[in-house]
Amino acid sequence: MHDPTVTLNGERVPLPAHPTLVTLLAGLPGGLPTAGVAVAVDGAVVPRGDWDRRPLRGGEAIEVVTAVQGG
Amino acid sequence: MTGHVSPVDGWDVGRQHLGSRLLLGTGGLPHLGLLPDLLAAARPAAVTVSLRRTSSVREGGLLDTLGRAGVPVLPNTAGCTTAREAVLTARLAREALDTTWVKLEVVGDETTLLPDAVELLSAARELVADGFDVLPYTTDDAVLARRLEDAGCVAVMPLGSPIGSGQGVLNPYAIETLVASVGVPVVLDAGVGTASDAALALELGCTAVLAASAVTRAADPVAMGAALAAAVEAGRLARGAGRIPRATTARASSPVTGRVVP
Repeated sequence: MHDPTVTLNGERVPLPAHPTLVTLLAGLPGGLPTAGVAVAVDGAVVPRGDWDRRPLRGGEAIEVVTAVQGG
Repeated sequence: MTGHVSPVDGWDVGRQHLGSRLLLGTGGLPHLGLLPDLLAAARPAAVTVSLRRTSSVREGGLLDTLGRAGVPVLPNTAGCTTAREAVLTARLAREALDTTWVKLEVVGDETTLLPDAVELLSAARELVADGFDVLPYTTDDAVLARRLEDAGCVAVMPLGSPIGSGQGVLNPYAIETLVASVGVPVVLDAGVGTASDAALALELGCTAVLAASAVTRAADPVAMGAALAAAVEAGRLARGAGRIPRATTARASSPVTGRVVP
């Protein structure tokens, strides 16, 4: 059966109506990230310029990361 | 060694030309508001950051502060325990920060935080092939350091003692041997507890020092930042000046002839 969810930073979330990376990211609490953010789908980085044409399929795992204080 | 050695003579690592011999980690700082004063006091060549999951990115955060200070940002792969995790984290860092260099960390476990040599070398090879300037956090093992250099790493970053321990350089012999074994810059990473540790690293021939906890967890991080900046300059000058050999007996520095004998 078709899986209607994806994993976003380790949490299962429903696939958006028009399931592309950009529609999913636009639904983040702060809206679409502007800069300093990178995204990977199933272990492969998706460059910012490709977010709007990267379709999402059920079951995929999306990581959204940014820089934080660190050694 | 003779000749003039300037403490501000700069150094190259991969595609970067750096001035200061001090790199700073930002992890552990009590609050971000201290960072501008710390950067002004320590004048680091670069500042490390980590990559973590986020659900929202606010303006006025860490990257804005670093951007305003004009200090280069060196992303690390802290928290990674496999080559696979580290390679993905490095690629995410390159995309998020538009950088080409990475401080590669692959630790064996969360308790010792010691580098996993096997995973580290594997990740280093993959990232070099992918066009990264790789600076691996490694042990003080000279043979492994040479392997990392052979793999194409642009520097090696041996630990002086375990991360966050503040025990300084526990094995000066190993660090000196490592420095003599590789041609790439050696950046002492981990273990620095106070200024004299940083000075010693430079005296042993390290090109630079990275300090994080020593500064961010000091009672006064800004003052410790200034102390480390002075220490790396002193250590660099002393290395160039050439220390006297250690002796087991005293040797008078005043003339031994012409002494008053009543």
